[in-house]
Amino acid sequence: MIIDHPLLGPRDSAEFTYLGDASLIHRPDWEAKDAISQFAEYGYQRDNPAGTHRELWFHEQGDRSWLVVTRSTTTHEITQVELARDVARREGRST
Amino acid sequence: MRYSGFKVIKEALTGHRGWGPAWRDRDPASAYDYIIIGGGGHGLATAYYLAKVYGQSRIAVLEKGWIGGGNVGRNTTIIRSNYLLDGNEPFYEFSLQLWEGLEQELNYNAMVSQRGILNLIHTDAQRDAFIRRGNAMILNGADADLLSTAQIKARYPFLNTDNARFPIKGGLAQHRGGTVRHDAVAWGYARGADQLGVDIIQNCEVTGFLIEDGTCTGVETTRGPIKAGKVASCVAGSSSRVMEKAGMRLPIESHVLQAFVSEGLKPVLSGVITFGAGHFYCSQSDKGGLVFGGDIDGYNSYAQRGNLPVVEDVCEGGMAIFPMLGRARLLRMWGGIMDMSMDGSPIIDRTHVDGLYFNGGWCYGGFKATPASGYVYAHLLATDTPHPTATAYRFDRFSTGHMIDEKGMGNQPNLH
Ligand SMILES: Cc1cc2nc3c(=O)[nH]c(=O)nc-3n(C[C@H](O)[C@H](O)[C@H](O)COP(=O)(O)OP(=O)(O)OC[C@H]3O[C@@H](n4cnc5c(N)ncnc54)[C@H](O)[C@@H]3O)c2cc1C
Repeated sequence: MIIDHPLLGPRDSAEFTYLGDASLIHRPDWEAKDAISQFAEYGYQRDNPAGTHRELWFHEQGDRSWLVVTRSTTTHEITQVELARDVARREGRST
Repeated sequence: MRYSGFKVIKEALTGHRGWGPAWRDRDPASAYDYIIIGGGGHGLATAYYLAKVYGQSRIAVLEKGWIGGGNVGRNTTIIRSNYLLDGNEPFYEFSLQLWEGLEQELNYNAMVSQRGILNLIHTDAQRDAFIRRGNAMILNGADADLLSTAQIKARYPFLNTDNARFPIKGGLAQHRGGTVRHDAVAWGYARGADQLGVDIIQNCEVTGFLIEDGTCTGVETTRGPIKAGKVASCVAGSSSRVMEKAGMRLPIESHVLQAFVSEGLKPVLSGVITFGAGHFYCSQSDKGGLVFGGDIDGYNSYAQRGNLPVVEDVCEGGMAIFPMLGRARLLRMWGGIMDMSMDGSPIIDRTHVDGLYFNGGWCYGGFKATPASGYVYAHLLATDTPHPTATAYRFDRFSTGHMIDEKGMGNQPNLH
């Protein structure tokens, strides 16, 4: 698989490490009343879809940026690559 | 029909006209007591033990393709019970004991071969960890044997014990481990279940659940709705896709694992060797091919095929300790979809829906579990209580903190 890095252009996916579902960007509020159940859900439960999946890849052997890659889990085709920072900001995460 | 040496001779002399099909390909009835979703090793074993040990009847196994077309027919066939943790080891030892009696039990040649498995050691810290694991195995009634480099060299003279990065400093052996003919496991359990009256229904994909007031009363399939007293999901890599239809999210990611077979060679490798540090393991099939594998590809996938970087990584690992491998050509490779769980251990439990049960999260190690998985799942279905060897495989362990994490990797499925 080739990941078209927004800053560096096309890179071999072997340069990256894989974290998982991009929903991990949205860490629950530790002060919330139901923080325990929110964290159990966040830490352990996944949609794991067959089809389009947004996921976090880390360019470990490159510029060490985090990317959000939109990829099909049935064909491995990559349709979108964004900097995770941009996604987090756009989706309203403050830090 | 019973299989026997006498029968083989008789058929050989009479032109092999007396062999019938081993099991019947059924059409679905409108209702059953038990529906098992998934005709892999675990589903078929569940149906067999449900009928045989727990005396239940009106059982159907629904398979979306053909039985044995999933992971049970794609794995590298290693069986062992060399686990450390209390939640796991009694279960896997129970499974190994069932393997030891399986062929007589089923009257089917599954080619169970206890040729032994060897885990290689490269550092003092690793030796300490392996000794501890060996002791845990012995405490649970399994066998474990710590081997020196000289003992390993005597059995496997071709191993490169002086690799600069991973010199071989010994190994933990389980002599009762080995390999089994994987397809024969599916067919043997199918035949055994069929003889006990189980309906094996192929080309019948479950597309939804019939749920009334929080109770599961049957399934929707591509061959129409089927009613059931109890519904048991057992679909390995498809677990999330199936359980999603009952509104569940699972502590599972689906990942692809590849396997490789070389051209046929003369007997050279008598047992199973695992080189964990180099992501490589290998055995030799009875046809002569070296059967080997390594890590999962590492990203969510339902594609049943992997990518080339892992092929290279596995072969490099092999070359590091097994240099003669370089002279053999790679003949075949394929992939299967693993239900990688958040702690690397399986789940066999009830669900929040009454009458709906779940078995999954087997990661890359569910083949060896096949007999015990079927047995304990049948126990759960018939009695609504967990079998004594499977009490830890609960859904709620991920929220109560009772993870069964052999490798201590945390909630990162691609590292288990
Ligand atoms: C390359 C590879 C190597 C492996 N090596 C080993 C090894 O050496 N040792 C070991 O112990 N384990 C190994 N494993 C793991 C092992 O194969 C699996 O954990 C185990 O086979 C899973 O259980 P199963 O046999 O029931 O799965 P499967 O055979 O996959 O059965 C699940 C079945 O469910 C069916 N299904 C899915 N969705 C539906 C639906 N909606 N309706 C009806 N049916 C459905 C599928 O078609 C499939 O036939 C390996 C796996 C792979 C891929």
